[in-house]
Amino acid sequence: MTATALETGRKRLWAGESGESVSRNLILAGVLVALLVIGAITQPQLYGDSAWVWSNVLSILQLASVVGVVTVGMTFVIIGGGIDLSVGAIVALAGVWSTTLATQSFGAGGMIFTAIVVGIAVGLVNGFLISYGKLVPFIATLAMLVAARGLAASISGKQTQISSSDLINGIASTKLLGIPILVYILAAVAVAGWVLLNRTTFGRRTVAVGGNPEAARLAGINVKRHTMLLYALSGLCCGIAAIMLTAQATSAQAAMANLYELDAIAAAIIGGTLLSGGRGTIVGSVLGVLIFATITNLFAINGLSTEAQNMVKGGIIVAAVLVQQFRFQSVTRLFNRKP
Amino acid sequence: MRTAIDEPDERPVLRLTDVVKTFPGVKALDGVQLEVRAGEVHCLLGQNGAGKSTLIKVLAGVHRPDSGTVEWQGEPVAFGGPQAATKAGIATIYQELDLVGDLSVAENVFLGHEPRRFGFVRRGTMVARTREILKSLGHEEIPPRRMVHALPAAGKQVVSMARALSHEARLLIMDEPSAVLAHDEVENLFHIIRRLTARGIAVIYISHRMEEIREIGDRVTVLKDGRTTAANLPADTPTTELVSRMTGRSIEYVFPPRTATAGTDDLLTVTNLSRAGEFRDVSLSVRPGEIVGIAGLVGSGRSELLETIYGARRPDAGTVELDGRRLRPGDVGSAVRAGMGMAPEERKSQALLLGEPIHRNMTLATFTGLARFGFTSARRERAESERIAESLELRPRDVSRPVRTLSGGNQQKVVVGRWLLGGTRLLLLDEPTRGVDVGARAELYRVIRDLAAEGVGVLLVSSEVPEVLGLADRVLVMREGRMVREASATEIDEDTVLDLVMAGSLMEGAPA
Repeated sequence: MTATALETGRKRLWAGESGESVSRNLILAGVLVALLVIGAITQPQLYGDSAWVWSNVLSILQLASVVGVVTVGMTFVIIGGGIDLSVGAIVALAGVWSTTLATQSFGAGGMIFTAIVVGIAVGLVNGFLISYGKLVPFIATLAMLVAARGLAASISGKQTQISSSDLINGIASTKLLGIPILVYILAAVAVAGWVLLNRTTFGRRTVAVGGNPEAARLAGINVKRHTMLLYALSGLCCGIAAIMLTAQATSAQAAMANLYELDAIAAAIIGGTLLSGGRGTIVGSVLGVLIFATITNLFAINGLSTEAQNMVKGGIIVAAVLVQQFRFQSVTRLFNRKP
Repeated sequence: MRTAIDEPDERPVLRLTDVVKTFPGVKALDGVQLEVRAGEVHCLLGQNGAGKSTLIKVLAGVHRPDSGTVEWQGEPVAFGGPQAATKAGIATIYQELDLVGDLSVAENVFLGHEPRRFGFVRRGTMVARTREILKSLGHEEIPPRRMVHALPAAGKQVVSMARALSHEARLLIMDEPSAVLAHDEVENLFHIIRRLTARGIAVIYISHRMEEIREIGDRVTVLKDGRTTAANLPADTPTTELVSRMTGRSIEYVFPPRTATAGTDDLLTVTNLSRAGEFRDVSLSVRPGEIVGIAGLVGSGRSELLETIYGARRPDAGTVELDGRRLRPGDVGSAVRAGMGMAPEERKSQALLLGEPIHRNMTLATFTGLARFGFTSARRERAESERIAESLELRPRDVSRPVRTLSGGNQQKVVVGRWLLGGTRLLLLDEPTRGVDVGARAELYRVIRDLAAEGVGVLLVSSEVPEVLGLADRVLVMREGRMVREASATEIDEDTVLDLVMAGSLMEGAPA
């Protein structure tokens, strides 16, 4: 792409986001490409096979899809000035609840409905405790993390519940135009999230509530209600993720989606979401998830241990935050210039 | 004016010659001359953006000048950092006092240079020395072991000054110290400053308030666009001259003429509104096109009253009606939908998303109305914001710039402009010109008058009595949570209002 084409493309694609976010996202995309190049250098014989490369890209996307959906919800919560530690637990609870024998008797539709309703309901409880119970988000969702997994374990009797719905299981195994359905779901959730954040009043309220809750309140925004809705949105994403994960494993259990909260928070932070709220992008978060998935893949194809992988991931989170601080300062300086 | 203590020392302790400091793309200082003598209060005047903050930072060792010389006690110096400046005896008290709320008074005073033995802090010594310093400031009543967050604003300021003294400062720079203080507290601040200058300590005093400069200042240096436009003027230089040096124009309080078109029916009716510990039994009304000003000290309950009318606080008793319709108590949303708007006291913390662009801040209360089916319209939002920016003479005019980069006066225009977008019929203004320079002040006054002329009712709170009297059609005086007087602005004068405001307060000699 030429420079001018890139410029107009940027303007059109990310018109709702500031130039700062756009350049950060371009850097993230560059990192992603670099990781793929590293893969090609370290495993030239594998990368010589174009069919393998295609299937590897698909497996990276598939790997990213479930966490990606959770991360979109998480991004909204963090931009809105909160944090949701209970996402993994909500995924597990929604997955388990939707695969009980009773639920499965209503068929795939009943299972999907149950997962989504459970996700939203748990999110609403989180939101209610935080908005009206005035609990700190960290504490409220930490409590929910423990409680929801407990409830999931007691519903499932600590057993793995097999999904016998071909339709559900087919979500993970079916491809459309050569691309797995799971990837389409991530794309749909990400696009919906982008539109919601950048083009709707809901998104504007989210940025206002996270950026300066007092200013938002004095401008007439119902901060409490909106905060509650943000956690419900995160819960909704968890419900969708629960279906996807159940489909992948063709089963659900109380221990599923373990530590998803960390992956989702890390991806959002890498993607440039400010942990203090008020700033963040969906594009950045999705790139963050893809970077993590690509690293996992890179380690897998080189036969390296997950321990080494976790250390590298930790380093990347720190590096991302350091870069973010540096960039933020330099961009602020840029804006202070007089024309 | 200060009475001379010992024989005046004519040699300056600090002399700046042709100091220039450039940031990428902007010349913040462009030839500053400044000369400060020991034991004097030297006032620094200038509009927002004139370079005062940069100058302070150069003196405090935060910035290094690009060219020019800084002579300190006769020697040219170049401070490598804030600590070097502190060590040399220059202490700075910033507007946002940089105290640690969760440490005690003594720990704050000796922060970074605690008296130690074998690496352990000698707490007893530290407390004793803090007590000594506080006593020398005339504030032995402040307990050295008290947590700083438990002190009122005035107390925190004393702690900041004590910290400066703990460094044996010979020059104290104070950036708008009176902005956070009530009227009687300012008197006390001046009292402390006089104690310091009597000991030969030089003070650089920055304030927008002319009457303070008259009272405490010895000499005045005026900055404009990073340049010294007048140096070492006597503090009793006529205001008009000082203002013209600051702005190139000649104005201080310039109020546009009143347009007598207040409607007859009440727009806002407040009846017996009360909130425990804040205000009691307040009743008032505002008619369309009328500007009603509330005069009162900080702590008289005026800001709390305004916030309660707006629904940001829930009253214990009483009602608020707009156009005869009772508003839900404690619900800002319903007040805004009914046509109220408020510019709160603390712009940055209560009104603005500092990192967001101007247009998003301007449309913060109205973007829902400009949206269709929940989808925002960037085009309409920008167009509306640009229209308002134009009518308010906002600088810079480019509405996509982050609000953070604007001066105080222009930030305030954004906050007021927010309510011009949505057909607001009653505007509540809390200290609309605090921290706003003289030029922007006059523009804000014009905007407020224009709004009233269009039929908007305005309820205004200000610490500056001339502002209330000059702007309002009707004046209400509030003291200790009660309305004590209501009068037409033409029937009452500044002294009367001040007497009413102060009566019964702790000021010595005030009529009971």
